[in-house]
Amino acid sequence: MDMKRNYYEDVQLFTSGVIVFWLSVLVIGLAIFPFVAKNYYVYVANYMAINVIVVIGLNLLVGYTGQISLGHAGFFAIGAYGTIVLMTKAHFPFLLALPVAGLIAAGFGFLLGLPALRLEGPYLAIATLGFGITTTQIIGKIKAFGERQGLHAPELTIGTWHLNTDRDFYLLLIPITLLLAVFARNIVKTKVGRAFISIRDADIAAETMGVNLTLYKTLAFAVSAFYAGIGGGLYAFVLRFIEPELFSLFMSVMFLTMAVVGGLGSILGPIAGACLLAWLDLQLRNILSIPYIGEWLEALSKSYFSITGVSNIQLIVFGFILIMIMLFEPLGIYGIWIRTKKYWKTWPF
Amino acid sequence: MIDFFQMILSGIAVGSSYALMGLGMVLIYKASEVPNFVQGEMALLPVFIAYMLLSSYGLPYYVAFPLTLIFALFLGCFLEFAVLRRAKEPNILGLIIITIGMEMLLLGFVSWKFGADQRAMPFPISTYDSIIIGDIYISTIDMLTLVVALIIMLILFLFFRYSKIGVAMKATQQNETAAALMGIKTHRVRMITWGISSLVGCVAGLLLSAVLTEPYMMWDPMLKGFAGAVVGGMTSLPGAVFGAYIVGVVEHLFGGYVSIEFKSVVAFAIIVLVLCIKPSGLFARHYVKKV
Repeated sequence: MDMKRNYYEDVQLFTSGVIVFWLSVLVIGLAIFPFVAKNYYVYVANYMAINVIVVIGLNLLVGYTGQISLGHAGFFAIGAYGTIVLMTKAHFPFLLALPVAGLIAAGFGFLLGLPALRLEGPYLAIATLGFGITTTQIIGKIKAFGERQGLHAPELTIGTWHLNTDRDFYLLLIPITLLLAVFARNIVKTKVGRAFISIRDADIAAETMGVNLTLYKTLAFAVSAFYAGIGGGLYAFVLRFIEPELFSLFMSVMFLTMAVVGGLGSILGPIAGACLLAWLDLQLRNILSIPYIGEWLEALSKSYFSITGVSNIQLIVFGFILIMIMLFEPLGIYGIWIRTKKYWKTWPF
Repeated sequence: MIDFFQMILSGIAVGSSYALMGLGMVLIYKASEVPNFVQGEMALLPVFIAYMLLSSYGLPYYVAFPLTLIFALFLGCFLEFAVLRRAKEPNILGLIIITIGMEMLLLGFVSWKFGADQRAMPFPISTYDSIIIGDIYISTIDMLTLVVALIIMLILFLFFRYSKIGVAMKATQQNETAAALMGIKTHRVRMITWGISSLVGCVAGLLLSAVLTEPYMMWDPMLKGFAGAVVGGMTSLPGAVFGAYIVGVVEHLFGGYVSIEFKSVVAFAIIVLVLCIKPSGLFARHYVKKV
C-alpha cells in the first residue's frame, strides 16, 4: 500500500510522524496506567503483556516462516520452570535467570527445529504437539521441579528494588514487552526476516536463491522459543505459582488462536489479538458474574445444560471465534485494519 | 514370556481403537488434506447422544447404537458442508485451525451439557468379563474392539474396491479435476468421506465409552490414532492401521518393561523417531514437490 522508494525507507523504524505521535501517546499511556488503574486491571495488563510476548514470538515462526507449532506451551513451561529453578537452586539474580531460561528454551527450539527441517503440514503439527505434551509430562515427573505439586516463585528483587505488587511487576514487564516487540519488528526488516518470509512463500525457490534453509528454519524455531521462554519466565511471577497442568495443549492452542485472530504475518496484529483474547479469557473465567449475559446463561444452563459445566462456554466462544475468523477474515484483526485504512485513504473513490 | 504375549495382545487390543481413529483421520486427510483435529469430538458427541438415548430415554442398545451411528454420519457430513467447505482460499494452516475451532466448539458443548463428571455408560457388555486363551487374559470388550476393528477394515477395503462411491472417492483423491470432468460431484464425494470418517470414529468412541465416558475421553485415542496415522504415512489406510498397532504395542511394552509413568508420551517419541528417518511416514510414497 505504501510506496517505498529505497531500502532505507523499508527498514526505518517509524514510517511517518503520525506513527511517532501515536506511539508516544501509547508509551505515555502505558507509563501512567498503573498509577491510575485499579490493581485488578494492572494484573489484567500483566496477563495481556505475557501473552503479547509469546504470540509475537509464535508469529515469527507461524506467520513469517510458515512453520506451524502446536507445542509452544512446552517452551513456555521450560521458560517458567527454568527461571524459577535457576533462581532458587542456582541462586541466579532474576535479570540473569530470565534470559538464561529463555536461551535454554531457544536451545530446545533449535532441537525441535532439526526434525522440523524435513517436515511440513500435518507431520510438523503432530511433532510439535507431541513435543508440547511430552515436555509437560516430563516436567511433572522431575523432583527438582516439584513434580505434580508445582513450584512457588521466590521473592523478586532487582538490586534494592522489591517487586511485591502487580504494579511493581508491571513496571518491569511492560518495558521488556516493548523491547521484544521492537526487536521482532527489526528482525523482520533485516536479512533474517526476509529469509523467513522467503521460506514461507516458497522454500525450494528460497533455497535455490541461496537461503540456508537449515540455518533459518532452526533459527526461526529458536527465536520463537526464546520469546516463549521469556514469556514463561515472566508468567511464573505473575501467577507466583506454577504447576505442570497449566501448560496444557489448550494453552498452545490458545497462543495459536491469538496469533491467528490478530493476523498472521504482522507485528501489530498479534499484539491486538493477544490483548483481546487474553482479556476475553479472563472475562470468561467467571462468566456468570458478567451482568445480564451471566444471568441469562445461568438460567439457560439450569434448564437445558448443566451448571457445573458452564465454564466450558469459554471453549465454545474461542472455537466459534476461530472458525469465524478463518471463514470470513483469514488475515484477522490486522486484515480488518488494513482494509479500513485503505478505504479511508482512498475515500471517496 | 507370558507377560510379553499378554502385553502384545493388550497392545493390539488398544491399538484397534487407535486404528479406527487413525483410519478416520487418513480418510479425511486424503479427501481434504487437513489433519482432522475434530476427529475425536466427531465421535464424542454421538457417544453422548447414545448415552442420553440409553439412560434418559431408556432405548435398548440395539436401537440406540444404530441411531447414534446414523447421527455420526450426518454430523460428519454437516461439518464438512457447513464449515470446511466455506473456507476462503484455504491453506493448510487455516484448515488445521478450522478443525481445532470445531473441536473446541463441540467439546465445549458436550462438557457444558454434561459437566466434567464421569458417566456410567449402560453398555451391553461388562468391562469385567474376560476371555482366557491358554494363559493369556483378554477382556471381552478388548476382544470385541479387535474384532469390530478388523470387520470395519474389511468393509472399508471392500467399499473402496467394489462400490461405485468408493471408487469415486479414490478418483477424487487422486486427481480432483479429472474426477470432476468425469462427472463426479467432488464436493459431495468429499462430504460423504467426512461422514464415513465420522462413522468409523464413532464406532471407536462407542467401544471406548464402555470403559470410560467423560468429555475428554476421546483426546488420547485421537492423538494416538493421529500418531499412528503419521507413522504409517497419513495417506495410506493400511499404513494407518499398521502404525496404530505399532503405537499400541510399543506403548504397552514400554509401560511394562521401562516405565509406566511415561507410557502415554512414548507414542510421540516414536513419531519423532520415525519422522526423522522417513519424513513422510513408513508407507507413503515419496512425494516430490513441484515448484
